[in-house]
Amino acid sequence: MSRTLAEKVWEAHVVRHGSGAEPDLLYIDLHLLHEVTSPQAFDGLRLANRKLRRPDLTIATEDHNVPTVDIDKPIADPVSRTQVETLRRNCAEFGVRLHPMGDLEQGIVHVVGPQLGLTQPGMTVVCGDSHTSTHGAFGALAFGIGTSEVEHVMATQTLPLRPFKTMAINVDGALKPGVTAKDIILAVIAKIGTGGGQGYVLEYRGAAIENLSMEARMTVCNMSIEAGARAGMIAPDQTTFDYIEGRPHAPSGADWDAAVEYWKTLRTDDDATFDAEVHIDADELTPFVTWGTNPGQGLPLGANIPDPEQIADENERVAAEKALTYMGLEPGTPLRDIRVDTVFLGSCTNGRIEDLRAAADVLKGKHVASGVRMLVVPGSMRVRKQAEEEGLDKVFLDAGAEWRQAGCSMCLGMNPDQLAPGERSASTSNRNFEGRQGKGGRTHLVSPLVAAATAVRGTLSAPADLEN
Amino acid sequence: MDAFTTHTGVGVPLRRSNVDTDQIIPAVYLKRVTRSGFEDGLFAAWRGDEHFILNQEPFKAGSVLVAGPDFGTGSSREHAVWALMDYGFRVVVSSRFADIFRGNAGKQGLVAAQCSQSDVELLWKLLESEPGTPVTVDLTDKTVRAKDLVAPFEIDDYTRWRLLEGLDDIALTLRHEAEISDFEANRQTWLPTTDPLQAV
Repeated sequence: MSRTLAEKVWEAHVVRHGSGAEPDLLYIDLHLLHEVTSPQAFDGLRLANRKLRRPDLTIATEDHNVPTVDIDKPIADPVSRTQVETLRRNCAEFGVRLHPMGDLEQGIVHVVGPQLGLTQPGMTVVCGDSHTSTHGAFGALAFGIGTSEVEHVMATQTLPLRPFKTMAINVDGALKPGVTAKDIILAVIAKIGTGGGQGYVLEYRGAAIENLSMEARMTVCNMSIEAGARAGMIAPDQTTFDYIEGRPHAPSGADWDAAVEYWKTLRTDDDATFDAEVHIDADELTPFVTWGTNPGQGLPLGANIPDPEQIADENERVAAEKALTYMGLEPGTPLRDIRVDTVFLGSCTNGRIEDLRAAADVLKGKHVASGVRMLVVPGSMRVRKQAEEEGLDKVFLDAGAEWRQAGCSMCLGMNPDQLAPGERSASTSNRNFEGRQGKGGRTHLVSPLVAAATAVRGTLSAPADLEN
Repeated sequence: MDAFTTHTGVGVPLRRSNVDTDQIIPAVYLKRVTRSGFEDGLFAAWRGDEHFILNQEPFKAGSVLVAGPDFGTGSSREHAVWALMDYGFRVVVSSRFADIFRGNAGKQGLVAAQCSQSDVELLWKLLESEPGTPVTVDLTDKTVRAKDLVAPFEIDDYTRWRLLEGLDDIALTLRHEAEISDFEANRQTWLPTTDPLQAV
């Protein structure tokens, strides 16, 4: 029977099929942990006197709470410090490999997994973090789970789940220069809405997707959750194999050949059908930015702030009115006129080496506008090291940006890197929710290229605007 | 987990769509390592506004939240469910829930009752015109009732059965331990482990 990629990976992991309303039991190949969503799960194991079944399929890193300066000193916030120390104690007690602050392999959990070669095609990958969808870029079935599920995976290495529906996101054509993976995914979310993907696994397909690098594919899959989908996937191909080969945990020798042979079967069959299909023409895309307080409220950079009165759907109209009030924006204002205070380059969406290179390329020989601060936060310590080897840190510092240590940083208001109330940012992260980057902070989601150009001009801008 | 069959309490009309989990509980409240006391973070930003619904009588004592579509989007934080339950909510009614939130709710015994948007609108009108109206949520016949209004809701049969019985997911899965071991014995040998690599 013909099957989609998601169905093939699902079937390969069914421990037992549920009967009637009972869900399938799915085996989990890799469980990623961080300090925020794991303490209550470890506690649950202890209370029930259960063991962590497969520490050898589990890995932890510290990312959400960690400061990105002065990492050689104890974390100043006592509550954050307790959470990080709790993770360290739990990992020691249950035998889980942990990359703590300062370690070369420390970083955002979704940057670390792929970089170590732990994320491979056809695997099931879970983490108590909704951006686990990132790993779907390798053709893995990867999704975020809650803390009860984290405990469940710890105890059983499985999850009871009902099959997802499948949705094809066909991105045909070719991206114009200056248009990136971030613009693709923001356009997808604006098109299908923040609830459009609910219940689905998205499979991104088409020429524009095939031409993306692995890191760009991760950017696309990362934000699948912002369209409501648990997971996003891209069929593995030579680009995928080339990225994995030689990484620390990649198979080698005869194992490599066997793995690649299997990975090549991980494609949606030609005559398989999806439960839904969406088409996006890559040729039509331009740099995309958000204006509101959910990631679906986005528009091309050349557009103006929409007028809520023109929105027919009542719920959407009310949401737009509330968003504009929160964001302090007037209908009809050109997006390019919006002035920002802060530019944040980083996160599991856009904190990898290619993102830093792209932004550095724009910033080279230029300076961040006066009154604007720019934070550059590598997704992992290894990305930081590589960037320094390439001299990117100097480009950022010469431009007047801050060069930080690795972590989730300003993507979420959980560590010292936050917006002040009323402060406005252009951010390469993934969520523009009210208060996401700090209470009262106002977020515009952008690509690394737009972030860099915005830092130089002080208003939302694309690199092309710098040439005028 | 406590079993849930029926619950009657004060209904709270929350006229907002896309209530993401960062609104339900902002990240700064996620730093606890314990499993209780999250009620202080519930809707923290909104509760600073004296006009917010939960700052008004009789809604302060609410236990059935009636919200707009796309409730619980965004972050996977189960703390959103803990915050709602620690505050006293037992049920959230919405026409559409984010998948992870719905799953988390089911694990903890918070009923995510999916009603039609038109029934949500009727509930909003009723609860606003007659504040404090008791709302009854019956998991046995899958209805939300308030005065003359009877709104059917959807919830998947397996979650419903577990909630009615108050069953622990992990214990249910461990009944199949032998099948898990069989599966593990047949996994591809080249699949990665996280064991630290030996220097060659």
